Amino acid sequence: MAGAAGHGGGHSPLVQFEIKEIVPLKLGGIDISFTNSSLMMVIAVALTAGFFLIGMRRGALVPGRWQSAAELTYEFVAGLFRDTVGHEGRRYFPAVFTLFMFILVGNLLGMVPYSFTFTSHIIVTFAMAAVVFVGVTILGFAKHGLHFFSFFVPPGSPVWMWPLLIPIEIISYLSRPISLSVRLFANMLAGHTLLKVIAGFIAMLGVAGVLPLALVVALTGLEILIAFLQAYVFTILTCLYINDALHLH
Amino acid sequence: MPQLDPSFWPTQIFWLFVTFIPLYVILRRAVLPRITAVLESRQRHIDSDLERAASLKEEAGAVLAEYEKTLAEARERAAAAIKETSDAMAAEAAKRQQAFAQELAEKVKAAEARIAAAREQALGQIATVAVEAAATATEKLIGLQVREEQVRQVVDEVMGGRG
Repeated sequence: MAGAAGHGGGHSPLVQFEIKEIVPLKLGGIDISFTNSSLMMVIAVALTAGFFLIGMRRGALVPGRWQSAAELTYEFVAGLFRDTVGHEGRRYFPAVFTLFMFILVGNLLGMVPYSFTFTSHIIVTFAMAAVVFVGVTILGFAKHGLHFFSFFVPPGSPVWMWPLLIPIEIISYLSRPISLSVRLFANMLAGHTLLKVIAGFIAMLGVAGVLPLALVVALTGLEILIAFLQAYVFTILTCLYINDALHLH
Repeated sequence: MPQLDPSFWPTQIFWLFVTFIPLYVILRRAVLPRITAVLESRQRHIDSDLERAASLKEEAGAVLAEYEKTLAEARERAAAAIKETSDAMAAEAAKRQQAFAQELAEKVKAAEARIAAAREQALGQIATVAVEAAATATEKLIGLQVREEQVRQVVDEVMGGRG
């Protein structure tokens, strides 16, 4: 959706995903410039922190509107975490909560026209998925030692099937960060591209452009739902991976 | 596709960590403890309110039971008092009635005795009067002095022992 109305129909729908340097920075020869992507991340963090810090400012026994919203958000993620991981993984809840809020606010910020969706970049989603993957694997080894490898043997399977099953299990385990990151990235990319393509038709069709306009309005609603849903999916899968590492099968 | 341009990867990874870590620290240190504290204190408050309500209800039940017991006792006492009083009144009435009946019987007896005496006396007087009247009448009519004993005998005969 970003910049949907800003660029003419002649531009590629992928222009909205371009990274633009705002403040050029270099660290040891590596380009770490402050870009539009970085700006949106900073805004996401500021909004999230502000939402909770201001909402919980008073910490009243009977919550007001903002406090209620902050508490409901917490209850939602806490409920999800409780159902999938349980009390044992309590220590990892802050990380999961941060992950959910960061992705959710990033996705929703992307729905603001002329903004930028940092979750539509595979490198961002892959970095998050890789941290989850590495963290969960370390957690599994720390908790179970070498016994963690038994995770790759499906329980109850006959021994003669092991040469087939174990490689499948290992591949499925290793593909976790890829599926986790591609799912979020692809959803954001496809949704925003589709919006941009259909928005292009509005100007092209003239009066008949009301039809794609109505479609864009409907799709914008759908995209907001997907923004929430993908943050939810990323979080619940992270919870399931933590649960796997804690309890193996 | 701009996503596949590796020249922008380091900056995105760098800023991802630079923004994500402070958010994690803020949420973990400032926000989550505050929310859990507020929720816990609310839960405690609700629990203690419920507990107090339950104890008050129990107390009210005890008071009600006590009240009902007292009421039942009072009813019982009142019934006993009524019974006692009515018994006493009935006994008193019976006693008085009996005394009255006795008095009445005595009076009747006395009156009957008086009547009998008066009758006897009256009858006696009649005989004397009759003897005198007969003697006087005899004297006046025939000028015969009759002895009193004779007249009495005759009068007695005439009256047929009714004198």
